[in-house]
Amino acid sequence: MRKAIGALVGASALLAAAPSLAQTTLTIATVNNGDMIRMQGLTSDFTAKNPGINVKWVTLEENVLRQRVTTDIATKGGQFDVLTIGTYEVPIWAKQKWLLPLDDLGAAYDAKDILPKIADAVSVGGTLYAAPFYGESSMMMYRTDLFEKAGLKMPESPSWDFVFDAARKLTDKSAGVYGICLRGKAGWGENMAFLTAMANSYGARWFDEKWQPQFNTPEWKATLTDYVAIMKEAGPPGSSSNGFNENLALFNSGKCAMWIDATVAASFVSNPKESKVADKVGFALAPNKGLGKNANWLWAWNLAIPAGSKKVDAAKKFIAWATSKGYTELVASKEGWANVPPGTRTSLYQNEAYLSAAPFARLTLASIDSADPNHPTVKPVPYVGVQYAAIPEFQGIGTQVGQQFSAALSGATTVDAALTAAQASTEREMRRAGYLK
Amino acid sequence: MATQQTQTLGRLLLTPAVALLFVWMIIPLGMTIYFSLLSYNLLNPGMERFIGLENYVYFLTDPAFLASLRNTLVLVGSVLIITVVVGTLVALLLDQAFVGRSIVRLMVIAPFFVMPTVSALVWKNLLMHPVSGMFAWIMTSVGLEPIDWFAQYPLFSIVLIVAWQWTPFAALILLTALQSLDEEQREAALMDGAGAFSTFLYITLPHLARPIAVVILIETIFLLTVFAEIYVTTGGGPGLQTTNIAFLIYSQALIQYDVGGASAGGLVAVVIANILAIFLMRIVGRSLEV
Repeated sequence: MRKAIGALVGASALLAAAPSLAQTTLTIATVNNGDMIRMQGLTSDFTAKNPGINVKWVTLEENVLRQRVTTDIATKGGQFDVLTIGTYEVPIWAKQKWLLPLDDLGAAYDAKDILPKIADAVSVGGTLYAAPFYGESSMMMYRTDLFEKAGLKMPESPSWDFVFDAARKLTDKSAGVYGICLRGKAGWGENMAFLTAMANSYGARWFDEKWQPQFNTPEWKATLTDYVAIMKEAGPPGSSSNGFNENLALFNSGKCAMWIDATVAASFVSNPKESKVADKVGFALAPNKGLGKNANWLWAWNLAIPAGSKKVDAAKKFIAWATSKGYTELVASKEGWANVPPGTRTSLYQNEAYLSAAPFARLTLASIDSADPNHPTVKPVPYVGVQYAAIPEFQGIGTQVGQQFSAALSGATTVDAALTAAQASTEREMRRAGYLK
Repeated sequence: MATQQTQTLGRLLLTPAVALLFVWMIIPLGMTIYFSLLSYNLLNPGMERFIGLENYVYFLTDPAFLASLRNTLVLVGSVLIITVVVGTLVALLLDQAFVGRSIVRLMVIAPFFVMPTVSALVWKNLLMHPVSGMFAWIMTSVGLEPIDWFAQYPLFSIVLIVAWQWTPFAALILLTALQSLDEEQREAALMDGAGAFSTFLYITLPHLARPIAVVILIETIFLLTVFAEIYVTTGGGPGLQTTNIAFLIYSQALIQYDVGGASAGGLVAVVIANILAIFLMRIVGRSLEV
């Protein structure tokens, strides 16, 4: 009897151990954007090609993802094998040695094909620390039918003055059509992404070469004054709580004549399944103020492996699968060329099938090309990053400033008071962090 | 009467439980105190150093601190007033006999069982949204400009949502109390010629003093930590208009990843809660002794 029990126990132990020898389960943290949801739907293609690797998804909203991933990697929690992170995190985390270099993703991966601007943003010292999944800049999306009706013509590279003027003319509040929709929801990745890009085109900057905050300059004042004024006159109600998704919904339901936001939105607004105005959308470069900079930002969502991961090989296989040309072709064959993840590879923008399926492709590439993280604005800056400064403290500072600016937008405070408060809180944080003596 | 030995034995047997509770409490508290004395940011690993009380100075001199303290007090105070007043009225109403009373009671209690995050989402997107919300629809259908609630009256909107959630609680407690009110007393008052109002003022209200004190005490404990409603609807803004102490600590810990500063903030919040608790216990204690 005892032997029988012993044998049973032994056998069941073997049974339990057997799968764990053959199977590796990757836990992948990602953001709930459309392109990533699509990637999850296609996971079976990866598991079919890589027997023995299972994939477990943790899909979260952007802010929550960032908190979970940051606390996990900073405390060496080891919950995730593959992380989805932005261009902001990559250089900071690579410097902390929190990420593994990704310079050996295999010949099929073709790292040289990555757009130089994007490759630069996810590399430190010439080594890739994250593989870009999709990349974006900002661009102008507008309603061609409304422009035609008003007798206006959108230039390919509009000036802010033209945009403001058109926004006022196109606003018809009684019909529920607003001239311009812009981000107003507080957050360094929400309203501050847009406002920093806009400020760059106005010649403003976050810090001078000695890390002194610059919100007391006339450039910032002009930026915020124009932004608040045009949103009051020609923006939708409730704009101080509108982020990317809220504006997307407004634009898709035909309530905005113009919208300046991420280039990835282009494929959503021109998709007839999602957008009521799909066949009436035109694209242009983000506006400028005639100072040589357009209000372009530069961003990419990337896949990276945390240092100390125990499943490096499997994780690399997954990243190579998800960010290679093969994945792009897989999406194209299943969902059409217009839906492939944009903005990461040169070859995509030489592909005739893609260029003819995606009317926004050429402008997306031009927008990405015109953003320069090393020289984001007219004057020199000590930081890297177009719509952010790549220092660890920026998330906190950017969010505080974003709060002040959304208060100015809602009318709770004046432009001057918001700028003064932004200057004071940024100085305080920078002094505490040791940048200012 | 217990003998000396059984008393000692009793204490001895209690020791493990008490020790466990003590450890349970002291370890998190001790760690928080320890962290609050460090310069410790999650994003700068290996840079932790002892800085004494700097985190406290930093937290207390933060302009956001005073604003959030004020918001916390306004939020707790106004929700308390609304829930007690409306809760009393609802309880009086539900105490009457009418057809379908049990169903109405159930409906009235319902908001209390909705998760805070869910009710915040419902209020934000279905009711208060300036473009697609029901309030906006009502306003526009009578020819008025819709109100942009979270931009124009952010704190008031939060108060409204939280009060909506907590009124049922107050009503429930007060209703139970009302049902224990001596019917004969009320009849005697009626025979003496007292009107409805003076009956309420001199008989019902004194009877409700204790349960009201309990409602205030319990609600205060929970209202000091209101977070989900703010997180979902306004994110503490615009500006600092809806940042309360709980939200301020959250933003230090999980937006700035400043463990030291957040720990100091947490301890400041504990002190504030204790000061409030002392006052409240006095008030409640007095009404309980009567």
